[in-house]
Amino acid sequence: MQRLDCLRSIYGELGECLVVTIMGAVAAELQSLGHRPNFFYQQHAMGTASSTGLGLALCLPDQEVVVLDGDGSLLMNLGTLSTMARYRPENLLHIVFDNESLLSVGGFPTATGAGTDLEGIARAAGIPRTATVRSVDEFQAAVVGALRDRELATIVAKVDARGPATYLTDLTLLENRFQFRRHIQGLQRREARP
Amino acid sequence: MPVSARHSKVVYDALKGCGIRLISALPETWLVHLIRMADEDPDMILVRLANENEAVGLSAGAYFAGVRSATLMQNHGFLEAANSIVSFSQLYRIPLLMLISYRGTFGERDPWQTQGGNVTEPVLRALGIPYQLLDQPQAADQRIRHALTLAESSLQPVALLLMRELMWED
Repeated sequence: MQRLDCLRSIYGELGECLVVTIMGAVAAELQSLGHRPNFFYQQHAMGTASSTGLGLALCLPDQEVVVLDGDGSLLMNLGTLSTMARYRPENLLHIVFDNESLLSVGGFPTATGAGTDLEGIARAAGIPRTATVRSVDEFQAAVVGALRDRELATIVAKVDARGPATYLTDLTLLENRFQFRRHIQGLQRREARP
Repeated sequence: MPVSARHSKVVYDALKGCGIRLISALPETWLVHLIRMADEDPDMILVRLANENEAVGLSAGAYFAGVRSATLMQNHGFLEAANSIVSFSQLYRIPLLMLISYRGTFGERDPWQTQGGNVTEPVLRALGIPYQLLDQPQAADQRIRHALTLAESSLQPVALLLMRELMWED
């Protein structure tokens, strides 16, 4: 299963969500499908994209938040699963692309290739809804279902360790950051108007 | 417990007074009253963390959402979070108000706290994080307000070091 095909299968669902991605292939591939002002690419501080998503979800309970995480990043901050589970915002969807690899730094294998089960860890941490998916159809159905049912979920998508040719895009980090904040301010102004 | 509930209240009221609506925290002795006050306050979102790096993400999320936040941590937690502070708050110019209990300085009896006490201010300076000490309750309100003002105008992390003289009564 290719991550890019997974992203393509849910791209339409992301239009009304706030999306936070990790660095590297996930960020570059989502951008390659077409950047939107509701996408924030957290291009470092590995492990904390899900914490950013949690902050957004707790502060904006009426807004759906989607985090696009990866095995390497999540393994650096497994405690985030217990923090998300503790507060379990129903408007947070945590997707983990597990390619069993630290792809962007040379493809070094992570522990998920040696048996570490991220869905099992998420479930044991107390995430109320979890899944591991291995096909694009399964992935799309799991994402659509979690968004529809409004329940905190961690969906682990097993994908190939293949990424784009380059991780650099023409969107600068600060441009993305200011645009994302402006976008949310715009949503709030729109809501404030009856 | 000789942690000062009275002075903790002064600090908490100052945070409330400048509009803080989300507090993330990793518990430690000096912060016990502050965390309890946040927990008992129905208007405050309290997020108890597993690791201080999470605080950087939580505060960024709150900032994007237009919610003022602060994080409470021990100085060892600040050292733990250094990478996230550099490669998220500073890289992306995101305001972050950190209240850091300054363990391991004069008067410290716990040997395990002492090395972190030696390096806290040098690391803050090395990272270019503006900071001030908070040792007098009467200065707390203004200094916390001023710290938040600078964080928001300069779009960067700022720190207040909570001193033994403020947090402890023995």
